[in-house]
Parts: sequence; structure tokens; C-alpha cells
Amino acid sequence: MKLPNAHEELLRFSSRIRIAGLGAGLFFLILLGRFVWLQLIQYDRYHSLAESNRIALVPAIPARGVIFDRNSVILARNFSAYTLEITPSKAGNLEDTINRLSTLVHIDDADRKRFKRLMAESKDFESIPIHTHLTEAEVARFAVNRFRFPGVETRARLFRQYPFGNSFAHVVGYIGRINDDDLDALAESDQDANYRGTDHIGKLGIEKSYEQWLHGHTGIEKVEVDASGRAVRQLSRTPPQAGDNIYLNLDSKLQQVAETAFGQMRGSLVALDPKTGGVLALVSEPGFDPNLFVDGIDPANWKELNDSPDHPLINRTLRGVYPPGSTIKPFMALAGLQLGLRRPGEAIPDPGFFTLPGSSHRYRDWKVGGHGMVDIKKAITVSCDTYFYGLAQQMGIHRMHDFLTQFGFGDKTGIDLDGELTGLMPSPEWKEKRYKQPWWPGETVIAGIGQGYTLATPLQLAVATMAIANNGVIYKPQLLRAWADTATGKMHYAAPQILNRVELKPEFVQLVRDAMVQVTQPGGTAAAAGAGAPYLFAAKTGTAQVVGIKQNQRYDAAHLSLRNRDHALFIAFAPADNPRIVVAAMVENGGHGGSTAGPIARKVIDYWLLGKVPNAPVTPVDAPPDSEQEDAAPAEEPLVAPADTVPAITAPAGAVPNGH
Amino acid sequence: MAIKFWLRRLFSHIDLPLVGMLLVLMALSSAVVYSASGSSMDKLLSQFVNMGVALTAMLLMTLLPPQRLMQFALPIYVLGVVLLVGVAAAGDVVNGARRWLNLGVTRIQPSELMRLGVPLMLAWYLHTRQEVMAHRDFALAAVLLLIPVGLILKQPDLGTAMLISASGFYVLFLGGLSWRILAAGAVSLAAFTPIAWRYLLHDYQRQRVLTMLDPTSDPLGTGYHIIQATIAVGSGGLSGKGWLHGTQTHLDFLPEGSTDFIFAVFSEEFGLLGNIVLLLLYSGIIWRGLTLAVNASSLFGRLLSGSIVLTFFTYAFVNMGMVSGILPVVGVPLPLISYGGTSMVTVLVGFGIVMSVASHKKLVKT
Repeated sequence: MKLPNAHEELLRFSSRIRIAGLGAGLFFLILLGRFVWLQLIQYDRYHSLAESNRIALVPAIPARGVIFDRNSVILARNFSAYTLEITPSKAGNLEDTINRLSTLVHIDDADRKRFKRLMAESKDFESIPIHTHLTEAEVARFAVNRFRFPGVETRARLFRQYPFGNSFAHVVGYIGRINDDDLDALAESDQDANYRGTDHIGKLGIEKSYEQWLHGHTGIEKVEVDASGRAVRQLSRTPPQAGDNIYLNLDSKLQQVAETAFGQMRGSLVALDPKTGGVLALVSEPGFDPNLFVDGIDPANWKELNDSPDHPLINRTLRGVYPPGSTIKPFMALAGLQLGLRRPGEAIPDPGFFTLPGSSHRYRDWKVGGHGMVDIKKAITVSCDTYFYGLAQQMGIHRMHDFLTQFGFGDKTGIDLDGELTGLMPSPEWKEKRYKQPWWPGETVIAGIGQGYTLATPLQLAVATMAIANNGVIYKPQLLRAWADTATGKMHYAAPQILNRVELKPEFVQLVRDAMVQVTQPGGTAAAAGAGAPYLFAAKTGTAQVVGIKQNQRYDAAHLSLRNRDHALFIAFAPADNPRIVVAAMVENGGHGGSTAGPIARKVIDYWLLGKVPNAPVTPVDAPPDSEQEDAAPAEEPLVAPADTVPAITAPAGAVPNGH
Repeated sequence: MAIKFWLRRLFSHIDLPLVGMLLVLMALSSAVVYSASGSSMDKLLSQFVNMGVALTAMLLMTLLPPQRLMQFALPIYVLGVVLLVGVAAAGDVVNGARRWLNLGVTRIQPSELMRLGVPLMLAWYLHTRQEVMAHRDFALAAVLLLIPVGLILKQPDLGTAMLISASGFYVLFLGGLSWRILAAGAVSLAAFTPIAWRYLLHDYQRQRVLTMLDPTSDPLGTGYHIIQATIAVGSGGLSGKGWLHGTQTHLDFLPEGSTDFIFAVFSEEFGLLGNIVLLLLYSGIIWRGLTLAVNASSLFGRLLSGSIVLTFFTYAFVNMGMVSGILPVVGVPLPLISYGGTSMVTVLVGFGIVMSVASHKKLVKT
């Protein structure tokens, strides 16, 4: 009983073991199936997953091109420094993180505010600087404590620096962090791939105009990373190609001479090379420090710049529009001669005022009692209003508009900077469209002395003056002089571009030039500014009214608040017999053109032609005439004009001639 | 002379084919642990120490006659249950589970003791009842199984509870539990599963199962292990990336690369061919182990050996299944490959018992 039982039991055990063994084998076959699925059938998929785990493509950011002036003086450069950056999505409690960081690294209120502003503009996974320019001690201190700060790291970055600070802010501009608008623009122009890893872009000035050249080409570094994202080794590398270095026509010394000459005065100055259109100086005062903008400006500084009544952020050379005033007269004279309305030497009497036929309204000359017998040359030299009232009336607004437009009035000059305004060369068609009103004959009269609707930027005045200096040839104003291709090391020079060739008889040009030289001689309106110039100094003064003067009032600077005083204008070129520099200067509330703007232009020209370095700002000289004209529309507050739109001109009572 | 004699006695109960395959597996282990630990000599040496201790323990176990082992069955079981009750009452909580018992001198994990304690107890019990074996005895054996399993589930330690259940079940199955009851058990288990899912499992256990079914639902948590392990296995391809060249491993994408997830390292570096070799080795060991079990002279020996070998299979299967993403993540090392002393000692002590049981039969007969 026991033996068969034991035998049976053994048989049963063996069969169960066999079943179990078969079961185990079956399960192993399932595993084998799974391995075949993963390792053979799905191999490609998992292989690429492992590769994308392992390999990271890190953009290698190109060094931005350096900006030089014409003498290879650096205007914008790069330097390497450490920033402390936080990636908000990885950092947890930001407030707490920043508080703890501030025990290691100097973080002030401005840093915190700027961080908040940048955070609002950025995405959560982007790394945002909390503090820039860490000292070596700070870098070391943070490195030791890094484990306590997830999502926080120091990064060695190339920074942009503008060594001249305020001096070139409006020309060179600045770079700033790429925002959503920039990203959209980059995506639209298919540039976004090249900007992977770049977080700054040109926002203003040359930095913006030549962004594409300055930026360079982003390289790619293929690195192996571990699970925490740390690069373990480099697999391959396509080096970045640095941006092209850019050389400007600007002369940094000349620019500084002009800047110094302005002193505390507000205004702008444009100096051009009449032979090429090269921009030698472009000054808008007051300026601002572009370095503040590179890593995002802090709210306090921003508020100060933006709210300042001096409007330091506005580039007055191309965004400030003013009535050209008497600076229009040389061009009116050319129009009169060229159109056959006036002949050289032909004189008319000036009783001190002009009246339209059939009207008793008097358009007064700036000089009570008039200038006596005035020919076209004297009309320029003494800035006779009466002469040009008559000429304008005879010429008519259409011919005036068409002739002056040739000099670039009312149109952009095409300078290689963004944001240029067109100014305004009025016509009856324009007025009908703009105001649905007919053109009044009196408006033609005051247009003849650059008042009324006419508006021009200092840059336009300089460009127009180039035509007189150059026998009618106008070059496009260009800041770019050359660029060095980093790939080949070759220098490329920007060719001068002719903007227009105004048909002018040489003897007429010569006459106007001579008259403008007389302006700086004793008896001329800029005699003080021209005193002792050892070269032929051709110039014309101008005044742009800020507030309208009623028919029966006299302009009295002493009774006007400082900001309502006239703007001073001045155009010049020298030497008159072989012009090497053209200047247009404007001083806001500077009074008469000869007294403030003239001396500034003189210092600039002296430096350029004689190498004379002035050591003090211009002190306004008392030029004889207080005002050159009256019945005129005031200058529209020029600084608030939005880009590309002509500012509305509201003519106050008494400004629009009423006696017809 | 005398030394030779003693040496001979010492190794007289060794089964060469089995030990040969175990040693090959352990050689593989050294290679993979070295790679998985980032070429750490320290870790390799410490694994060698583990192997030395485990092999010694195995050798000693081969010398222990099964009759002596039988005497330990009840005391070990009772001690284990008492300690488990102690854990439930006053155990230390580590990572949310109450698994450790602090004895003042040292901390122990009583569930480890029961890995061998349960099959030992059940094999001994069925052995003593073999003359009169009836359904009643299987029922009582089932109760003996469920007491420690219930206590371990309570800790909670689902993985260990399931593996101990499996080892106990193997004893019952090999002991001749009738197919009808097996079928009934299977049906009631199927019915019980939804209830257990709903009421007995802890949240994290449910989560693990859910994550296994769809790792992408939790790519940064539990799913991360599964995703990265699957990528490691899949990217190994046919012949692997080569020893020390697994990118998933060496760039730290694989967590726990030298312990529970070491199979992913092996798979990544040696590919499908390596996996086949590993499966063949495991199959060979299981085959040899089951053969030895069949040849054992007593029911106790057969049941215990069979259960130990099948449990060994279960560990291997569950670990590889978990790493390749077809089973949920449970804390089970890959037997004889994973780094760690406890598991290696447990497995080799088991094989020591299997060899002891197989070689001591002649002594019993005479």
C-alpha cells in the first residue's frame, strides 16, 4: 500500500514538475518575444530615442560684429562676463530663491524690478538674468552653493558695450533682449534658425539697421549630455561665424566736438561729406546711455528717460521736424533764378513789409523799416523777408513745391537708420486732402520764408544744402563706410549713391554760394559765428517760431518762457570754393540761428577743416536781429510726431494771414 | 592526506553542472555590475565579497542533510511569523512602508526570512501528512501560507508577498493539489482581483500597475524608469552597444542601473544575442534544478527543491518582464546578476538546499 503510493506520488510529482518546467519555458518564450519586439522590430525607434536622450545640439553663438568709426575707433564692442540667471520653471519659489541668492550675490532693487519685467516678457522655461557682471568672488561663492539653487546658474556671456556712452546712442543705437515681436519678425524672414541661442538683437540705430551683418552665423555644437543635461563631451562642432565688423563714416572726435559744443543746450547737428553723402557726425542732444538698455533697462531709469521733458530718447536729427524758417531762402533764391523769375543784380525796394494785391494785411520784414534796395544776393545775406514774400507770391505754391521737392524736402533722405520722418512740403492738393480746405494766397507768401506748413528735419536741411555745395548733386546720407567680411577678411566699401541731380545753372549756384559766404561776413546774419574763419564759410541762419505772434505784437524773448523761445537753425558748408563738409544745426529754444546754432556749426567745421579742438561749450552770442520774421505759424512741437505721419499743424489765431 | 579528505567531503555534495552554470551567471554579473556602476572597482570588489559569502553559504547548505533542515522548518516559520507580527506592531517606517524591525542591535526585514521559511514550512507540513494527505491538509497548508503573506501585504510589500505566495503555491502545486481546486482557485482569484484592486491595494501600488500599462502617463515619475529602461533594452538592438558602451547607462538615464534595473544595462550592452544567452543560462539552471528535485529521495526534498527552483525562475521572469515593460515595477532583483548581498545569499542558499536534497538521498536509503 505504501510503496505503490510512493511510486504514484513520485509519478505525479514528475508530471507536475514537467508542467511547471513547460510553463517556465513558455513564460521565457514570452520574454523572448518581447525582446525580439523591442530589439529587432522596434529597434529604430528606440535607437533614435536613446540618441535624442544622449545628443544635444547646442547652438554656438557667434560674436557680434564690432562697430568702428572712420578711424577705427571702437563705438560698440563685446566683452565676456558672467551673469546669474534663473529659469523660473525650474526654480520653485522665485521670491525665496532670489532672497536666498541675495545673501551670496549683490542683488539690488533695480535687479529685482528688471527681473520682474523681463519675466513678464519671457517664457517660463527661458533663463532670465537676475544679476549681470558678477565679480569673480561672487561666481566662486555661487558655485559652492549651486546645489541649493535648482534652476539657477551662472553663464559666461558676451556683452555689448558702448564705450562712448551718451555720445553715439542715437547713431549706433543698442541691442536688447529679443522679445515676441522680434521673434515674429525673425520667423517671418526665416532667420529664426540662425538666432537659436541668441538672446539679443539690434533694437535701434546701426545695431538695428545692420543687424543681419553684425549678428553672424550661428554654429552648432553636437554634445553628449547626461540625464541631468550636463554636457559630457563634444561630438562635433560647426563653428559659428562671427558677424561682420562695421566701419562708419562718423568721426568720433568730430561727434564729440559737436556734443561738447552743445553743452546743456538741446538740439541736433548733422555733418555730411558733400563728396559722398557720408555722415560725419549725427548728434542729438541730450543723448542717453545705450548701455542701460542692453540687459533690459530698469524701471527707474526708464521712467526718467521716458518722462524727461528734454526727450532724450528721440533722435532729433531725423525725427525732429521744424519749420525751416529762413534756411529755406537759398533754395528759394535758386528757384527764382532757375525759373527765370529773378535775375542777378536786379534790385527791388524793401519798405519793411509786403502786401498781397487787394489786401491791406502786412507781411512784415524782421527789420522794421526794411533793408532798402535789395537784390537776390543781398536778400540772402541779410535774410530779407520782404524779398522772398514777393518772390513766393510770384512763383506760386505749385512751382515752389515742385522745385523744392527736388532737394529732398517732404521726403525721406533714405539714411541707413530707422524711423526717419518725411517732414512736409505743402501743396494745395495736400491741404485739400489733409484739411478739406482751399489754399490761401497768404500761405504761399509765408511758405516763401520757410514758415507755415513747411516742416523739415535737420537731416533734410543738411541733405538739401549738399546740393548747393555740390552744384546740384545730392548723395544719399550714409553712415556705413565699409564692412569687413569675417569669412574672407576682405573690406568692402559702401559706394556713394546719388539721391538726385538737381538741374541748376552753375552761375546761379555760384551766386547763392557767394551770398551764403557773405552771411558770415560783417553785415551778414551770422557775422559773429563767422568771425575770423580762415576759410570761405558759407552759411544761412534760420529761426523757427514755437508760439505764434499776433499781428500787433512783437517777439520779445525776455517775456517768453524758456521752452517757448524760438528754435535756432543753421545750415553751412565750407570751404565754399571746395566744400568738404556740410552742416545743419538746430538748437531748441536757442533763439536766433546765428547766436547759438551758428557757433556750434563753426566749431564742428573748424575741427574738421583745421583740426581745432574747442575746450568749452558754445556760449550764445548776441547776434543783432532778435527775430527774422513774424507772420508765421509756430513750429509744431516736433518731438511727439509719430513715425511716418505728418504732424497736424494747428495754426493759432494771427498765424494764418487774414487780410485777403 | 587529511586536508584532501576533508576537501573532498566538503565538495562531495556539489552538483557540477548546476554550479558551473551558476558561476557563469555570476561572472556575467561581475561584468555588468562593473559597467553599471560606472567602472567602479569598489563596487565590483564588494560584489565579489557578496559572491564569496553567498558561495560559502551555499557550500555549507549542501552539507546540511535534509532531515536536519526539516527540524528547522517549524521553528523558522514560527519565528518569522512572530517577527512579522512585531513589524506590524512596532516596525520602522521607511519610504512609507513598515518593513523593518529594530532589534536594538540591528535592523532586520523579517519578510526576507520567510522567502525560504514559507516553502520550508509547507514542504515539511505536506511531507508529514503524506500518508494521509487530504483536501483538509491543503486547506491548512493554504492557511499557513496566507498568514505571513497577509502580514507582508499589510506592510505593504506587494512584490515580496506575491513572490512568497508563489513559492508557497509551487509547494502546493507540486504536492498534488487537485486540478479542480486549482481551477476553482483561478476563477476565484479572477473574481477577487477587482475587489483587491478597489479595496486592498494602496494608491502607489495601483499607480505602478497603471503606469506599467501606460508609462507615458507619468513620464517624470514612475513612468520614467519604465520608459528609460525600455529605451535601453530596445536601443541595444541585435548585438548591443558593447560592454561599457551603453549610453542610457553611462549617462545616468537609467535609475538603479546596478540593482533592480541591471537587466536594462545588460540588454543595452549585449543586445538580443546577450538576452538569448541569459535566457538559455537561466533555462539551463532551472532544468538542472528541476531534474535534481525529481531525483530527491523524500517528498519534503522534492517539494522544497521544486519550489526553490521555480521561485528562482519567477524572480528572473518578473525582473526581466518588469524591465522590458510587460510587468509592473516591483522591487525584485535579477537573481545572481543584480548587485546586492541579500538576494545573492538567499538564491545560493536555496541552490545549496537543492543540491543537498539531491545528494543526500543515498544516505537515506542505506
